[in-house]
Amino acid sequence: MPLHTIVLVKQVPDTSNISGDVMRPDGTVNRARLPAIFNPEDQAALELALRLKDQYGGLVTALTMGPPNAVNMLRECLYMGADRVILVSDRRFAAADTLATSYALHKAIQHIGDYDLIFGGRQAIDGDTAQVGPQTAEKLGITQFTYTQEVLNLDLKQRTIRAKRAIKNGYEILESPLPVLLTVIKDAARPRPFDVRKLCTYKRAQSKFEIQSYVDESHDLITLDQVLEKARADGLYIETWNIEDIDADVSMCGLAGSPTKVHKVENVILSGSEFKQVPASTEGLNEMIGELMQDHIFG
Amino acid sequence: MIKVVNSNIKDMVWVFAEQADGALAEVGLELLHKARTLADKMGSEVSAVLLGHEVEALIDPLFSHGADNVYLLDDQELKDFRSIPYANLVTKLVEEKRPRVVLFGATHIGRDIAPRVASHTRSGLTADCTELKIETLTLRKVEHPDLLLQIRPAFGGNIIATIISPDVEIQMATIREGVMEMGVADLSRKGRVIQVPVKLDPIEIAVKIIEKHQAASTVNLKAAPIIVAGGYGADTPEKFQLIKDLAKVLGADVAGSRAAVDAGLIEAERQVGQTGTTVRPKLYIAIGISGAIQHRAGMQESQKIIAINNDPEAPIFGVAHYGITGDLEVVIPQLIAAYKSQLH
Repeated sequence: MPLHTIVLVKQVPDTSNISGDVMRPDGTVNRARLPAIFNPEDQAALELALRLKDQYGGLVTALTMGPPNAVNMLRECLYMGADRVILVSDRRFAAADTLATSYALHKAIQHIGDYDLIFGGRQAIDGDTAQVGPQTAEKLGITQFTYTQEVLNLDLKQRTIRAKRAIKNGYEILESPLPVLLTVIKDAARPRPFDVRKLCTYKRAQSKFEIQSYVDESHDLITLDQVLEKARADGLYIETWNIEDIDADVSMCGLAGSPTKVHKVENVILSGSEFKQVPASTEGLNEMIGELMQDHIFG
Repeated sequence: MIKVVNSNIKDMVWVFAEQADGALAEVGLELLHKARTLADKMGSEVSAVLLGHEVEALIDPLFSHGADNVYLLDDQELKDFRSIPYANLVTKLVEEKRPRVVLFGATHIGRDIAPRVASHTRSGLTADCTELKIETLTLRKVEHPDLLLQIRPAFGGNIIATIISPDVEIQMATIREGVMEMGVADLSRKGRVIQVPVKLDPIEIAVKIIEKHQAASTVNLKAAPIIVAGGYGADTPEKFQLIKDLAKVLGADVAGSRAAVDAGLIEAERQVGQTGTTVRPKLYIAIGISGAIQHRAGMQESQKIIAINNDPEAPIFGVAHYGITGDLEVVIPQLIAAYKSQLH
């Protein structure tokens, strides 16, 4: 059996790029206006998986759960060298917390079948929880290496992996029998650029949603099945799975399957009652320092 | 509907007492003080869960900081942290005793096992909370007693979200070091030690630690009386050097916002904010930091705050005591000169 690695990827709003019309007048963020990007640590995870493939052969499958437009990120996975990409998308997954997300991901992984390794970013930049990786591992009943910095060795005969992971003020090297789920930090690997030939081929790869909208525009001249069949035959179909496809229990998905609920959100009112504007002048700064010395803040 | 199985036992608030190499992580002790307040509101005891090998010496400090009970799981195989034995043993204990609240430090270890415990027990888990409260809420005419309000800044903007887990019995949260204040230890406090037998299958201990390298921490921002912190406005090594220069003159520690850490200008362990360290120094000087809520959450309880920013609208001025609008390359040298002149 060749090595099979599954990489969990997520498309996220670019929270490092908040500007202009992204902020609403009331101070909240308009998520829809943020550019969607490939979660950086997931990209590092994909790179590590591709390096193992370069070294040991095998197949890399990229899996995401997200809205239909997450297909853009899956195409990028193909451009980088993923062999298979899968979009798990269904309105009934909406508002999932980490538990409902990991439930859906583990059902999708079970539907994929056998695997040796699972990689994912340590955390996604839109929530920073770092919970989905370990929760998915738990549901699959496998162990995990979190904060992975480097894969040191893969022994396909003994079926073991050795990797380096960050711990407080240092690192440790762990060895485990396969399979293992590894969550990867950003510094672990710099993602490779897109392969131009793959880009030319796979920019035409489409999800079921994209094919459906194309069919809808054709005014019934063609059927969904016809186009799907053609795309499959050309190797340009991006597998698109819903709740039924992965045999998931609806009550465990989305909002219904999420134990954590947002009770309320509040804008923060800044007090600033004792605020003093200090002019950037020698006198202004001297006065401020004098006050701080009097208050025994300095010294 | 929720079944509170052990409501008569009143052992409902737990803290994972993280230790490594025979030393307790401070965050666990900080959480015990918070747990004490939460438990008092619920009329419950506080329990600490301690895993390790030959860690008896760590029990008394847990009592001093607020634990009534210590669940002790001692085994050779638990000497060093590994995900599966630690997560499985905590899971088993949680499943058996069914506490209502379990708190973990948001450390490399806490963030590794808390999700597994929550996943197996189908508990609510909220990461990086900045405040916790216990309240009884009536939702859709149903009363939910002893809900853990898990409060944290939410995605972008000036928003604080309150997360609850009303439909499940066990409510979990991770909290960064320094967020909860370390109270005073009461050395006369004593409690009960509950020995929990440890049984592990070979498969649970199949992961081997081949090597472990850990340096003593040289950074302790929590103890620093003065902190000079730089952010996105100090986006070049040259500008950040000015921040370090100022810190040197003031005898202060250097810190950074997340933007500064992401840009590689400063080490991650010097990050102040929701996903870094929470600090309460005598003086905090924020330079080129706009003051997103995630940053303010980690420094707004400083005794005095000076903000230097070229944007007069920057939210950091909203929590500052002194605000200086200007270019850091101009203001820092002025500030250094003014400080030196006042010393003489």
